Amino acid sequence: MTHPERQLFTVTVYSENCVGLLNQVSVIFTRRCLNIEDVSASASSIPDIHKLTLTTWADRPTMEKVVRQIEKRVDVIKAFLFTDEDIVYQEVALYKVPTARLLESGSVEDIVRHHGARILEMTPEYTVIEKSGHPWETEALLNRLRSLDIRQFVRSGRVAVTKSPVEYVDMYLEEQRLRLQKLQEK
Amino acid sequence: MKDMNQRISGAEALVRSLLEEHADTVFGYPGGAILPVYDKLYDFTDRLRHILVRHEQGAVHAAQGYARVSGRTGVVIVTSGPGAANVITGLSDAMADSTPLVVVTGQVGRQYLGSDAFQETDVVGITQPITKWAHQVRRAEDIPAAVARAFYIASTGRPGPVVLDIAKDAQIGMLDWHYEPVNFIRSYNPRPNIDREALRRAAEMINKAERPLLLAGQGITISDAGESLGRLVEKAMIPVGCTLLGLSSLPSSHPMLKGMLGMHGNLGLNINTNRADVIIAVGMRFDDRVTGNTATYAPNAKIIHIDIDPSEFDKTVRSTIAINADAREALDELLPMIEKADRAAWAESFDRHNAVERDVVFTNELKRPKGSKLTMGEVISRVSEATGHRAVAVTDVGQNQMMSARYFRFTDPRSFITSGGLGTMGFGLPASIGAKIAAPERTVCLFCGDGGFQMTIQELGTIMEYGVGVKMVILNNNFLGNVRQWQNLFFNRRFSQTPMLNPDFIKIASAYGIDGEDVVNREDLAGAIDRMLADDRPYLLNVQIDETDMVFPMTPAGQPVDHVLLSPDNYYTPDNY
Repeated sequence: MTHPERQLFTVTVYSENCVGLLNQVSVIFTRRCLNIEDVSASASSIPDIHKLTLTTWADRPTMEKVVRQIEKRVDVIKAFLFTDEDIVYQEVALYKVPTARLLESGSVEDIVRHHGARILEMTPEYTVIEKSGHPWETEALLNRLRSLDIRQFVRSGRVAVTKSPVEYVDMYLEEQRLRLQKLQEK
Repeated sequence: MKDMNQRISGAEALVRSLLEEHADTVFGYPGGAILPVYDKLYDFTDRLRHILVRHEQGAVHAAQGYARVSGRTGVVIVTSGPGAANVITGLSDAMADSTPLVVVTGQVGRQYLGSDAFQETDVVGITQPITKWAHQVRRAEDIPAAVARAFYIASTGRPGPVVLDIAKDAQIGMLDWHYEPVNFIRSYNPRPNIDREALRRAAEMINKAERPLLLAGQGITISDAGESLGRLVEKAMIPVGCTLLGLSSLPSSHPMLKGMLGMHGNLGLNINTNRADVIIAVGMRFDDRVTGNTATYAPNAKIIHIDIDPSEFDKTVRSTIAINADAREALDELLPMIEKADRAAWAESFDRHNAVERDVVFTNELKRPKGSKLTMGEVISRVSEATGHRAVAVTDVGQNQMMSARYFRFTDPRSFITSGGLGTMGFGLPASIGAKIAAPERTVCLFCGDGGFQMTIQELGTIMEYGVGVKMVILNNNFLGNVRQWQNLFFNRRFSQTPMLNPDFIKIASAYGIDGEDVVNREDLAGAIDRMLADDRPYLLNVQIDETDMVFPMTPAGQPVDHVLLSPDNYYTPDNY
């Protein structure tokens, strides 16, 4: 039997904003021994509805089951499975480097311009550089800064929006609104 | 507008909310963090019966028995910490077997949450993965809405267990009483709109099929679809196989019912699964005990999968058409689109294989020579006969369970109560208590092994206290029989930790004031069964069983479903018969 190919998937989960939601979702990955690469949680464009974005390496049949099991949770409104082609996505990274080394290297302008980064804070001791981009772009800058004795590096979870012209969550909520209306008429 | 705007405690609001949801029975066990609720229950004993079990695990299994026999939501109340931890097995069991429960756990006061306070445990964190919904209530005024939501979630869609973890100060705090049942949750749709186009394609596929086979799961029972199922399969002459939990959804005597599926299922079904050209799976989930090796499962069949839970689609077996719907609604809508058909030859082909099973397996199990030890099958079929096949059979887990599934016969729906998905030893005794309490007018027979009986044996105290007229049959082989069977077949007969030195069960029962008798000889069996069934009091039969008795046919785990052992060394080869 051949094993399906593993690839990086992005899962987005729209849910009620309730305590323990992340736990409900993450245990579904744990059960199948799937490592969550990164995660971000925030408000969505819809009032009171939260959005989780997670990425994980897995095969498609497994992830299709995972997403259905996530969606089965009562507090989850909708869950979606994407590969990178389906979405526009970014991450944010912060880099803290010694200011003296940065200035000695004479590369500030190159960093800002070539890597599309910006200086967030500069003190005599350290400088914090911020960059948002694709994972390989934040890594390219990380490699560029390694020679400068980088002190701290952190990157956020992925944030993503779909390329689809259709907003499926809105459609679901509209269906549910009509269902409620029918129930109330009864 | 009854009881409006009264100032009451959270504890009273909980009790009143349970009454609003038409609960009549609660299974539970008191303790520190749930004391305010127990204090209030004292005022409501005329309206809400509390059954004091002897261990919290027993409370959940009893509530499961209650729910499975009646179709209503079972209610459990326990305390925090150890009380809550003791309900975990039952919750996991109810989740696997889609059983509607509302389990209320006491919790330490708000200011102690997260501090490792006395008898604090993270109930919501622990139970989230094994419940349909787990929710902590921290304020008295949130209790009525939380209970309404809990009952709605537990009982709708694919039913399941719900936990309400109620902090002690929420029980003590005051609120203005108001109750509003829930029938809508934005993030949850328990009754999806049926895809009529998919249904039409399914009907077409069934009409064209030469060898269709319908697999009936517990979804048939839950949606009360037995009659709808009967009408459909009679019209189109479609043979039916029940999953373990689907048993009793059709009467055993139904001409299109060809038996049970799976590891210890009936021969015709397991052989013909791989010959069917269309499989219609309704309210079942292709458990590995049903499919055997999925890579070789039903290679010739297109699969129509009808289930209320879309996460079951393509989980273990890929379907050609998946229909997310309530089983009865789907079957009723299919019926007019299904053409009347004559598939007698196909239906009879199941009977031919089953006849071999009857000759080889049934004969060995039911027709032993005089003077030999009793077998499980003959005890179960005798009890079934003596009840006119009208009793509720509750089982524990293991050989007693498989033998009951095979040899008990069913006339009415909701007559087979067993732990399927989780396979929980110790389930039987407390589940039988709940079943009898839910259906006092029915005869409830428990079939249990000597091992499982001792896992929850303390519930004999509950039977004593409430006079629950359960007819208990211990199929006693002084072995953990099912493990012994596997050791016999697959582990070179090395009986590691399966022989068991047992107490005198009749003496134990007698200490609880429960009558009973030992049965050793075949000639004493019928009389003992008659005495057991003579009145409505609890009774225990401790039947000495041949320890070499094994459950056959058997598809060994992971094998193709049609690789069936009829006896330890004898694989069934259809051509030889």
